[in-house]
Amino acid sequence: MNKTRLMLRKLVQDFYLVLIMVFLYAPIATMMVLSFNSSKSRTQWGGFTLRWYTEMFASRNIVDAMYNTLLIAFLSALIATLIGTAAAIAINSMRQVPKTIVMGITNIPMLNADIVTGISLMLAFIAFGISLGFQTVLIAHITFNIPYVILSVMPKLKQTNRYTYEAAMDLGAGPVQAFFKVVFPDILPGVLSGFLLAFTMSLDDFIITHFTRGAGINTLSTLIYSEVRRGIKPSMYALSTVIFVVVLALLVISNFAPKKQVK
Amino acid sequence: MSKKMLAGPYLIWMVGFIMIPLALIVYYGLTDRTGAFTVANVMAITTAEHAKALWLSLGLSLVSTVICLLLAYPLAMILRGRNMGQSSFIVFIFILPMWMNFLLRTLAWQTLLEKNGVINGILSTLHLPTQALINTSGAIILGMVYNFLPFMVLPIYNVLCKIDDNTINAARDLGANFLQTLLRIWIPLSIPGVISGITMVFVPALTTFVISNLLGGSKILLIGNVIEQEFTKGSNWHLGSGLSLVLMIFILLSMALIAKYDKGEGSGF
Repeated sequence: MNKTRLMLRKLVQDFYLVLIMVFLYAPIATMMVLSFNSSKSRTQWGGFTLRWYTEMFASRNIVDAMYNTLLIAFLSALIATLIGTAAAIAINSMRQVPKTIVMGITNIPMLNADIVTGISLMLAFIAFGISLGFQTVLIAHITFNIPYVILSVMPKLKQTNRYTYEAAMDLGAGPVQAFFKVVFPDILPGVLSGFLLAFTMSLDDFIITHFTRGAGINTLSTLIYSEVRRGIKPSMYALSTVIFVVVLALLVISNFAPKKQVK
Repeated sequence: MSKKMLAGPYLIWMVGFIMIPLALIVYYGLTDRTGAFTVANVMAITTAEHAKALWLSLGLSLVSTVICLLLAYPLAMILRGRNMGQSSFIVFIFILPMWMNFLLRTLAWQTLLEKNGVINGILSTLHLPTQALINTSGAIILGMVYNFLPFMVLPIYNVLCKIDDNTINAARDLGANFLQTLLRIWIPLSIPGVISGITMVFVPALTTFVISNLLGGSKILLIGNVIEQEFTKGSNWHLGSGLSLVLMIFILLSMALIAKYDKGEGSGF
């Protein structure tokens, strides 16, 4: 292959990459620009303003929704990590048949459509007599988060050497001590990434929350949905800009921070 | 022995919040208001209104899935060719929108497509006629492609990265041209990623009610909208559950597809 052809190919490839990038980011960039637009119109630039940002942080609804979203994300990720890690350890030591059954059921919330999961949980809460509200959203989020934790921890568990655990026991450690001294440090990266995955899944969820929240409580997603249907408010653009920047910062930190251990 | 006990909390949770809820959908779907057995809720899919919504959903999600695949495959090939690690910045850029709130991504397109939106604004400043962009099937397809494209890119990219360079070079050395390499090497070796990408796009696209609500207006009803309305407005849970059961048949089909090709590698999350 000669040089010009290689160059041409790279040019075409770069063009394609840029095209997709524009497709992915132009809408987000538009919202960012509009969030600083003092005119409510989407086509007229009325000058730079931070009014929508102050309005956003002054809005009781938005601040409450932010608080709910973060609290639910944190609690559901934490509880899912505890239950999920314990479950992964147990599943790992199961025989083939029960293991396959449990893992099959674990896959259901991940592969099922959110709308079906949401509806089924709503029906269950009503059947159990749990009134819809903060608690049901939390339970629902824990439910769809546990599989992500289990699937993050399982591969790490498979890599651990079971003889080190037995050696620790032979050397006089109790099962709990042996676990925390020997096994836990090995699976910690999986536990952490499971927690982070669960946290982001919870932050991002709309559909399941929509069906399980009842009337009294809003997360950011459900709030955006009702606001958008009522007519777009520029404070939603401000909100989306804030969310985008926060998500970007978190992902950059977690992906590109210098890693302690070299793999 | 004590290790097995650790599964206790999860097993209880699993029964209480995965299995019983699903059983309830089946129960509601197969009974009427008096609790008597009936298949009327499931057969309701054959009424003109519901059948139309289902066909429209199937059609739009199929088109979106194909578009996603056609956009994502070359993208994944190019990204692989740049030969950078999993955590390289350029790959990160194409995955990032996945983590942006789903509703905000859809809001963004609403802003662009609306009657007084950004695109029509640009058109009118150029003295071009404004277009009816929103509340069309096209707008819904666009919304689906935009929202779910990263879910197609990621699994395909992951599986392409596992292909050994030597395999491709060997095909080239043996005289295969680009098309032959694509058909005989790239595509067969990337089938698991493609399949998992297809299900990750098709299932949410088939069942969405948000995209059709925000970009399709109230005129275009997808099967997701019908079910959502039965639960939030119409409050006929039996009918809503019955239609969900129909929907689950399609989900089960794609789960079966995944199980056939995916050998426990996960979808690349």
